[in-house]
Amino acid sequence: MSKNSLEFEKPIDDLLHQIKKYEDLSSGGKDYKAELQRLRKKLAKVEKEVFGSLTPWQKTQLARHPDRPYPVDYFNMMLDDFVELHGDRRFAEDYAIIGGMGMLEGRPVMIIGNQKGRDTKQKIKYNFGMANPEGYRKSLRLMKLAEKFGKPVITIIDTPGAYPGIGAEERGQSQAIAENLMEMAHLQVPIIAIVTGEGGSGGALALGMGDRVLMLENSVYSVISPESCAAILWRDASKAADAAEPLRLTAQDAYSFKIIDSIIPEPTGGAHRDGKAEATVLKTAIKKHLEELDRFSIDELLENRYNKYRRIGVYEEQ
Amino acid sequence: MSWFNNPKTPKTPVGDKQLKIPEGLWLKCENCKEILYRKELEKNLNVCMKCNYHFRLSASQRLGLIYDNGVYTEFDNNLAAIDPLKFKDSQKYRDRLKNSQENTGLKDALLNTQGKLGGYEMVICAFEFSFMGGSMASVVGEKLSRGMERAIQLKIPFMSISASGGARMQEGLFSLMQMAKTSAAVSAMGRAKIPFISLLTDPTMGGVSASFAMLGDVIIAEPGALIGFAGPRVIEQTMKKPLPEGFQRAEFLLEHGMIDMIVNRGQLRNRLVQILNFFNSQTAGYAGKDACGQCLTV
Ligand SMILES: [Zn+2]
Repeated sequence: MSKNSLEFEKPIDDLLHQIKKYEDLSSGGKDYKAELQRLRKKLAKVEKEVFGSLTPWQKTQLARHPDRPYPVDYFNMMLDDFVELHGDRRFAEDYAIIGGMGMLEGRPVMIIGNQKGRDTKQKIKYNFGMANPEGYRKSLRLMKLAEKFGKPVITIIDTPGAYPGIGAEERGQSQAIAENLMEMAHLQVPIIAIVTGEGGSGGALALGMGDRVLMLENSVYSVISPESCAAILWRDASKAADAAEPLRLTAQDAYSFKIIDSIIPEPTGGAHRDGKAEATVLKTAIKKHLEELDRFSIDELLENRYNKYRRIGVYEEQ
Repeated sequence: MSWFNNPKTPKTPVGDKQLKIPEGLWLKCENCKEILYRKELEKNLNVCMKCNYHFRLSASQRLGLIYDNGVYTEFDNNLAAIDPLKFKDSQKYRDRLKNSQENTGLKDALLNTQGKLGGYEMVICAFEFSFMGGSMASVVGEKLSRGMERAIQLKIPFMSISASGGARMQEGLFSLMQMAKTSAAVSAMGRAKIPFISLLTDPTMGGVSASFAMLGDVIIAEPGALIGFAGPRVIEQTMKKPLPEGFQRAEFLLEHGMIDMIVNRGQLRNRLVQILNFFNSQTAGYAGKDACGQCLTV
């Protein structure tokens, strides 16, 4: 059982634990078939109950699950020969964003993602996945490099947002994000953006413009974090669970709004229950979308990209 | 460039003078607390005579001060929000919209207009801060995009006047995506070689500063304007230390190389005409057909 289990995962973890116990005992020669069958049946039922009706807040918690594969985990599971590239050539290296070249089943791609870190030391080094302007400028440098040599860009997004710091403001956090958006609008290679965990506001969008935007089944994407939303609405960040409801931040919401192109399924219980399987599903999806995008000329690609964003918005003309 | 059309010397601005600041003959400067005579303050374009504090203006006041003789045509004023999330907190989004509509007489937080500035025909999109904090959601993003596309179509310059707290959370992801949509429109202007002047007024924050507003060919700020990505309170909580003096103010941004200039309200029209003259000049121009003109990174 993971020490990181969420409250609503506990009954499932208990059952998994019991199943494991009987499996171990079975290997000792004694037969626990009936017992195991009963437990597996129960597990399926409980899983269906729990994961069939997750609240937006539970989805947010799953998206932030400490055991969930992070972008760099997907890099390692999906790519051959990943070569990390560092630095924005302006000011500093920002570990909150990681990027480089790699081969996706023989196909060269420039891949860029957020870095959150698992232990305290990493979390501090990666600034909890919150990039400074240098991170966005590094990502843009890599995108421009990809453009120069005609390689597609893949971005894997999992960040609480851009870092709200003094230095970040001094060095132009707004400018860095804005420039990414403008450049990604006319970058002359295909871009596929995938939200695998938290899509935190402008800091996520800064890597998130593309010809295809995909989300993992239990990922979230929001204009503001539920905590900040609660702090504004009720002056109480602890009411985040309540704020998650009206924000409509789940992958299913984004898909229903036609803001993303498709949802990538996860194993029952979430990507962290089988990271390898998830990486395979993700890789297959990226390959499929790249092949679809291959059919367009660059001009068509850019026109479609413009129109993709141009039509987002709902209003009435009275 | 074909947006050339008989530049004239700018006239003294004649704005509409309906102020939204408190009624009465006298009022207190929000900055230096000096008691000011309202008539005199208005004559001074709502800039404090003692400390140069620039009072916030409505969108129509701004346009009145900038366009020749304060004359302009408004476009797309029939666009209204439709609450895609059915957002409700202590109050329904629909009710917030209705209140703002009643208070401002506008349908949403942006005016998309066209008129002449120093004789040059141009498009200006101006934010109305008193409409839900000038927040950007579907209607604002759509009107900005239409404004920029009209500038491209007519080959005339574009200007934005920002006064906004950022993206409007009541439209969720739709609001966030307006950052992408408007930045894509700026990219289209760049390729069409349409000059884009961005005026940042108090405040220009969050999703507005982190999209089209920071992408101007020339970026001008009003003195003292608060400009930034994250709100000062959030930053203070994150850093757990007091913010430096003047943090995120226009002067701070100029110091850090983020904007081109700070211009007093009284000098703004002259400055704008100088800039438009430069872009419009046909003397010894070069075609530069492949230069993006905006890409800082090659
Ligand atoms: Zn004063």
